[in-house]
Amino acid sequence: MNEIVTPTPSAGPAAATPIATPPPLGLLAELTHRCPLRCLYCSNPLELDARSAELDTDTWKRVFSEAAALGVIHVHLSGGEPTARKDIVELTRHCAEVGLYTNLITSGIGVSDATLDALYKAGLDHVQLSLQGADEGTTEAVGGYRGGFERKAAFARKVVERGFPLTLNAVIHRFNIHQVPALIEAAVAWGAKRLEIAHTQYYGWALKNRGQLMPARADVDRTIVEVEAARERHRGVLTIDAVFPDYYARFPKLCNGGWGARVMSVTPAGLVLPCHAAQTIPHLRFASVRDTALADIWASDPAFEAYRGTAWMKEPCRSCERKHVDYGGCRCQALALTGDAANADPACVKSEFHTMLSDLAVIEAEATPDRAEASYRMFRKDS
Amino acid sequence: MSALADDCVPTLPRGVRLREDHARGGTILVAPERIFTCDEIATEILKRCDGAATLAAIVADLSATFTVGSDQIRPDVEELLINLRDKQMVTL
Repeated sequence: MNEIVTPTPSAGPAAATPIATPPPLGLLAELTHRCPLRCLYCSNPLELDARSAELDTDTWKRVFSEAAALGVIHVHLSGGEPTARKDIVELTRHCAEVGLYTNLITSGIGVSDATLDALYKAGLDHVQLSLQGADEGTTEAVGGYRGGFERKAAFARKVVERGFPLTLNAVIHRFNIHQVPALIEAAVAWGAKRLEIAHTQYYGWALKNRGQLMPARADVDRTIVEVEAARERHRGVLTIDAVFPDYYARFPKLCNGGWGARVMSVTPAGLVLPCHAAQTIPHLRFASVRDTALADIWASDPAFEAYRGTAWMKEPCRSCERKHVDYGGCRCQALALTGDAANADPACVKSEFHTMLSDLAVIEAEATPDRAEASYRMFRKDS
Repeated sequence: MSALADDCVPTLPRGVRLREDHARGGTILVAPERIFTCDEIATEILKRCDGAATLAAIVADLSATFTVGSDQIRPDVEELLINLRDKQMVTL
């Protein structure tokens, strides 16, 4: 058996007709931007969608039906906090009915036992719980919410008791990088089957707070060793997936499996994005599920076409032997740090901005952060 | 000597699903953040892992269906199941 990888287009003569893009494997549904937590690295955009702008139940159901017909396998019910939606059970049931694999990405805060039972009956396949730290103080400092850690521990136990497979996702940065071993032990103790040790990716809120969050190189290196040892120790009990920070990398990551190659995201208000951070690229205009079919957006929307494949590339990407390996890395990071979304991701050694990036990481990691400078996300309640 | 007991019951736990992939063709095994394409042999083995049949019964059924000796089939079945157990995609 083979894990599915995106097929590499053959380098044949220029085709007269464009090759159809294979269908997407995953859909990230950001059901709402409302959330009890205010994490310093939140992956929601700086401009949050108001509750009054959110898609209604029937529109989401139509989106999920279209996604299943298009070939999507995994749907990630996310937010904000997805259980803040009163229709979360109904939406989950609909996804299961149309054959989608459902993954609830939750903070675990404010999810009642009754909701959890109803989600189980509705056919929810998997729960992913965020962890901000391995103790109460860190959890509060990162998420801006008091008492979160104990509530998350209790939630994790309830999830496992009910028979759901549980993944813990811990975003790693300077506040909690020393807690990686404790996070691993918590995952084992709580009965999680998977743990994601995800070093912060610096877009949006995380980019704003980068000076607070950037870890030191030595600490990153230590976590690599800790994760390797834990994988051995807990083989068959806990799967650990790790993403290491690309500011210290030599080559960029294959962002989202390639632009418009494997996944799509839908915002609370219904915009369809090639990746959840794509709105940071200001010249792109995004289609809405309110008036355009998902299949049409996937096939030919200009925002999906913009950086799909390799035709958009400039040097050093255009002639690079890795262009089908990482597709030039992350477009959002290229724009944020070099001013041009079509440049190579500066995480790449071949980028003229690479030294600037690694120097910046070292400088920020060595500085003593002023916690008063931290920007917590704020959600303006409109209803 | 076999690594797995005759009477173990290979089961796909909640969160692991075997399904047709209508859009791309073939059969896939879906787990959290993972999709595996199954070849014909893996598909035949996994669709018999219904949470009731024992390993011995699954091997006997495969042997009868494909008229191949059990002793020829069993090592392949065990290899697949042990591999998937290590990935937490099958319980035994």
